[in-house]
Amino acid sequence: MADARPFPLLDRRLLFVTGKGGTGKTTVAAALAQLAAGRGKHVLACEVDAKGDLAALFEAAPTDFAGREVAPGVVAMSMDTEASLREYLKLQLRIPVATRLGPLARALDFVAAAAPGVREILTVGKLCYEVRDRSYDLVVVDAAATGHIVSQLAAPQAINDLVKVGLIRSQTDWMLEILSDPRRTGLVAVTTPEEMPVNETLELAGRVRSETTVELSAVVVNRVLPELFGLHEEEVFDEVSAHGEELSKLLGGDAGPLLEGARLAVTMRRTRAGHLQRLRQGLASEAESSGASPPPVLYVPYLFSRAHGLRSMRQVATALGEELGL
Amino acid sequence: MTPSRPSPLARARRSDRSGAAESDPVPQLDDPAPSGRPKEGTLDGLVASKEIVIACGPGGVGKTTAAAATAAMAAYHHGDRVLVLTIDPARRLADALGLTSNGRGGHGLGNSERRIPDEVFRAATGASPRGELWAAMLDTKESWDALVRRHAPDARTRDKILANPLYRNISGRFVQSHDYIAMERLYELHAQGKYDLIVVDTPPTRNAIDFLDAPARMSEFFSSRLLRWLTASYRSRVVNLASRPFSQVADRILGTEFLADIAEFFILFQSMYSGFVERADAVTRLLADRRTTFLVVSTLEATPVREAEYFARALVARKLPLGAIVLNKVLPTYFRDRDAASLAEQLRDSAGSLAERLGGPLGTDRDLTARVLGEVAESFLNFGVVARREAEQQAELATRPEVLTTVPFFDADIVDMEGLLRLGATMWH
Repeated sequence: MADARPFPLLDRRLLFVTGKGGTGKTTVAAALAQLAAGRGKHVLACEVDAKGDLAALFEAAPTDFAGREVAPGVVAMSMDTEASLREYLKLQLRIPVATRLGPLARALDFVAAAAPGVREILTVGKLCYEVRDRSYDLVVVDAAATGHIVSQLAAPQAINDLVKVGLIRSQTDWMLEILSDPRRTGLVAVTTPEEMPVNETLELAGRVRSETTVELSAVVVNRVLPELFGLHEEEVFDEVSAHGEELSKLLGGDAGPLLEGARLAVTMRRTRAGHLQRLRQGLASEAESSGASPPPVLYVPYLFSRAHGLRSMRQVATALGEELGL
Repeated sequence: MTPSRPSPLARARRSDRSGAAESDPVPQLDDPAPSGRPKEGTLDGLVASKEIVIACGPGGVGKTTAAAATAAMAAYHHGDRVLVLTIDPARRLADALGLTSNGRGGHGLGNSERRIPDEVFRAATGASPRGELWAAMLDTKESWDALVRRHAPDARTRDKILANPLYRNISGRFVQSHDYIAMERLYELHAQGKYDLIVVDTPPTRNAIDFLDAPARMSEFFSSRLLRWLTASYRSRVVNLASRPFSQVADRILGTEFLADIAEFFILFQSMYSGFVERADAVTRLLADRRTTFLVVSTLEATPVREAEYFARALVARKLPLGAIVLNKVLPTYFRDRDAASLAEQLRDSAGSLAERLGGPLGTDRDLTARVLGEVAESFLNFGVVARREAEQQAELATRPEVLTTVPFFDADIVDMEGLLRLGATMWH
């Protein structure tokens, strides 16, 4: 399915990539950054949980808050809420940071632990700042997992509700403006065609609409198994399976595992096809309930590759490029 | 390789629910009685000697299902009264446990424990479990409220806390509070002494080890000097807040009203301080107790393995009992077989001539047969690459638990008790 929306995914300015753990969220974030950079864009790729996986996909050493170019056109950075706070205070509030940072950081740390949204807003705030600052064409965020992304994206709104006055309040307004604009900001949910990831994605779609101002711009289904047999071929396969001994004789070895492996591949794919259908239907009915059109679904094939790294990330980028009609 | 467009309707042939992959024999499910004592070095033996099993590990590896399967096996075979405490399970899992709708739109699993009817086991295996299986789902908000009710010094404080906007936010949304409340609830349930075994499915955390530190963090939080200073200054209005540099800055950033909410919250919470800290310490002790064991669940994908290894090392470093590593969704071992792989290459290269010789007796179209044989071979070689990658990941797991168990890729989803017990049986031995 090509991007059915009038506005192309990579022409946005800020893309949050989320997904259940283990679905390949970081790989998709890196691939989107790579894809945009390949089209001449200057991209900032930001990893929120600072594990170093994002830079590793570019075969680069872990990055820090300052960021570093990891591929032509791609600068990678790792989120650090304390550094973000420091930058924020310096840039926005013009508070003499050097003299007060110790106690202030401790104080804020403690407020952040207590007040929901403070840590999140330091993250989202930095990203929105990069968008407003316009030094990058696109900011791709390897964001929090599906379980936490909503509180991250809803942080400016939550702060708005809790904090009635003060400078933070005035800061959240322009962030909300960026986040609420679907031509600038989008959320990409990564899933696999399995039960729990699909469930979480459908739940996420509803929560994003009701609890945040951000648009779910695309759903990426990762690790889609190829269809093994075409029309009539499965009947032939059943016939061949029933005569496994003859095949073994002709081959001069036990063909059992080969046939069993194919059988497993077929049933695995069938199970997954059911989840894919559930995903598409769920997204459609969720969108329908609020009179919107469902987000495009992009498919990335299962990679039968030796290792995960730059090579497989590039393969994912190629697949996504095809899906986006680039 | 180009993405193949899924067309679920295209192959609406009979659904094959054969369960576990071949080559891994599926144990008989019909006999709940144990054949002798649980062996040492197996999950069976490990679980039989513990009171608490904590299933943890990276997200998306089947942790919740593994926890439920472990609990079901213990209830069925060991004759224990077992509770599985789970975090937001899929509706399908609730269905698998036989917990039908509670009539409120939910799926019958709630903050209070419910017994899984024996009938659910009988429907799966034809036999009743020797013990009892109970299940509860962690509701963070409800658990927090219960905690406040227990520790609040009086009704007025209790009501004020429950109504405080910051508290309502924290208990409902504050992510880290999941970690703490799960451990707190575990402590509470264990202290009741109602169950022989409690299996806990840990909440998905940003960092898998967060929940280990949650009790300590919570007690540290409530005893911090800064906190006392802040609340004290709000309590005694003698101090001119605006004159203090911190308050000045905080005021500028957050606004007075919000600061007042924060202060009220902590003043109220301090009345429960000692109860809280005591509890948090007790929870920490319970985690390290020899009656507790940790089950690290992972798949053999690169990222989960790395996280699982990190987690296993963190457990060892904290002197917490790493009981078992469960490797889930592992491809059948025949995919790793070199002989089978070379046979697949042979099949791929000579599919045409083989189809000719095979096609005659089968009466199938020659070209079609050649294509099928070629696809069988190609698919085997493809999965072989993945299986060998998995084998390598497995070899790199350096931290050795008491028990290392491998669970094959189930080609169908686990939708009922039979599936849970089947999964459990492959984990068990």
